[in-house]
Amino acid sequence: MLQDKDRIFTNLYGDQPWNLADARKRGIWDNTKALLDMGPDNIIGQIKESGLRGRGGAGFPTGLKWSFMPKESDGRPSYLVVNADESEPGTCKDREIMRNDPHRLLEGCLVAGFSMKASAAFIYIRGEFVMEARVLQAAIEEAYEAGLIGKNACGSGYDYDIVLHRGAGAYICGEETALIESLEGKKGQPRLKPPFPAAVGLYGCPSTVNNVESIAVAPEILRRGAAWFAGLGRPNNTGTKLFCVSGHVNTPCNVEEEMGIPLKELIERHCGGVRGGWDNLLAIIPGGSSVPMIPKSICDEVLMDFDSLKEVQSGLGTAAVIVMDKSTDIVEAIANLAHFYMHESCGQCTPCREGTGWMYRVLTRMVRGQATVGEIDQLHEVTKQVEGHTICALGDAAAWPIQGLIRHFRPEMERRILEYRKQAA
Amino acid sequence: MSGAAGPAVEQPASFEFEPEVWAQAEKIIARYPEGRQQSAVMPLLDLAQRQHGWLPQAAIRCVAEKLGMPYIRAYEVATFYTMYNLAPVGKYHLQLCRTTPCWLRGADELRRAIKDRTGLSHAGVSDDGQFSLVEVECLGACCNAPMIQINDDFYEDLDYESCTTLLDRLAKDDVPAPGPVNGRRFSEPAEGRKTLLDRVEGTS
Repeated sequence: MLQDKDRIFTNLYGDQPWNLADARKRGIWDNTKALLDMGPDNIIGQIKESGLRGRGGAGFPTGLKWSFMPKESDGRPSYLVVNADESEPGTCKDREIMRNDPHRLLEGCLVAGFSMKASAAFIYIRGEFVMEARVLQAAIEEAYEAGLIGKNACGSGYDYDIVLHRGAGAYICGEETALIESLEGKKGQPRLKPPFPAAVGLYGCPSTVNNVESIAVAPEILRRGAAWFAGLGRPNNTGTKLFCVSGHVNTPCNVEEEMGIPLKELIERHCGGVRGGWDNLLAIIPGGSSVPMIPKSICDEVLMDFDSLKEVQSGLGTAAVIVMDKSTDIVEAIANLAHFYMHESCGQCTPCREGTGWMYRVLTRMVRGQATVGEIDQLHEVTKQVEGHTICALGDAAAWPIQGLIRHFRPEMERRILEYRKQAA
Repeated sequence: MSGAAGPAVEQPASFEFEPEVWAQAEKIIARYPEGRQQSAVMPLLDLAQRQHGWLPQAAIRCVAEKLGMPYIRAYEVATFYTMYNLAPVGKYHLQLCRTTPCWLRGADELRRAIKDRTGLSHAGVSDDGQFSLVEVECLGACCNAPMIQINDDFYEDLDYESCTTLLDRLAKDDVPAPGPVNGRRFSEPAEGRKTLLDRVEGTS
């Protein structure tokens, strides 16, 4: 188990106040100028060496992402954009950072922004997090007042602004270019890439979009050294991670653990085990609703990191673990997610706009078994037609949970169809 | 995508920001770079909605004019995002999370409690205007499922009984403190916590 001394999010449960005075007691904003004095290249080098991979789902190496930003300005300013539009079903970790430890995020914004020579950070928080936005805004004002950000931030001679922007209810704005569109005051519809945000992002300027957790861990990595972070977890899957465990466990919770912790250990140690015991487990969605589920047989052994979960045709995603015991109607659970994607599709690309609705309607019939066995194959084919044929990854995200269902629970789907036939006859 | 077209509701003829609300709006506009004031459209629509109770077309038009953008661009934004209420809502606007993590832990029970207590099923406004209901997708409080957002606040770790109690209190305009209704601290494990144990002492 991760030792308390190695935890980054020491106020995850809000045991202490979030404000600046208490944040300083937790070591935040402690001589941040010294971190900036390392210089941009050194900061990016350390983050690269730490092995930090993006915590928002895709797992792209964070240091490498930062290095894509222009080293010399062509006259345009550069921006850091923080993705706090936490909306992936199962995920509720960034919320805890923002309401219980906002200064950790703000210090990360300064350090990360400085390393990519950005003039400002825009934090895009989902609109429903009203209370979290109030806390974060108050923390920003505290930081300005204390001279930590703004003109001559932390006495470094570097000017840096942080702006909080509230969304208004749209999952798609978690996609980085949709988020940028939304920040510019438009509908949140993803842009075609290229150009990538590092070349043409917010207001047409070079921008990097990072998840809250990726940014919030950066100062601690710099303070303790890349080797410390890289020493946790496994190669290519380093560091600590916030896990959100929900669903059929005895004590659902957010917890910071070492990357690569066995899934079973995570659940048994921190979440009081599966309801009714481990043998009552049916399946788990290990990384937020967009990743394919894994059945109990895989859950028995799998490790919670990017590469291990990829090997079993799933993914770490946001590390939102949705646990389903044997009482779960597994087809309905996925039909419910299909409804989610239908509702959240931005409507821009035909395969996604039409496909998500089609898949939801077929799955709804399949919950009752009112379908033919051939339609399972047809459904699978449609998921393949949506996957990879849209501007953004929402189409993929809508397809994968259904593919996971068919991969692991096809016999159950067929059983329902035959049962329905029998009753109808 | 909310996909909501302009509903057939009675629209006020005009809308103006109250001076103190407009003062807030100006502060927000100033946060964005020069010439990028369109970025403030979402926060301004939100302010307008808070002032009026819901978002009438006149308010969308007013925001568009203030920001120097075409009405249709502001209207697109107002109809794209789910949090803009284009028709009147109840005094307590219930947003029931229906997505899988809440569903697994009893969102259907909350739906039943809301129907039994307010008569609302899936959507609508109660006759006395006290409650309105909309079913929404994941609100991002999955470790505290099932939950409902009521106006600005999250009420978490609910079940049929506690949801009914909550609605009973709201019916009498007695608004409980938000958060988990079972006394749990944020999203810590309800019992058997194994981490950050030395921190609890420092609790303010």
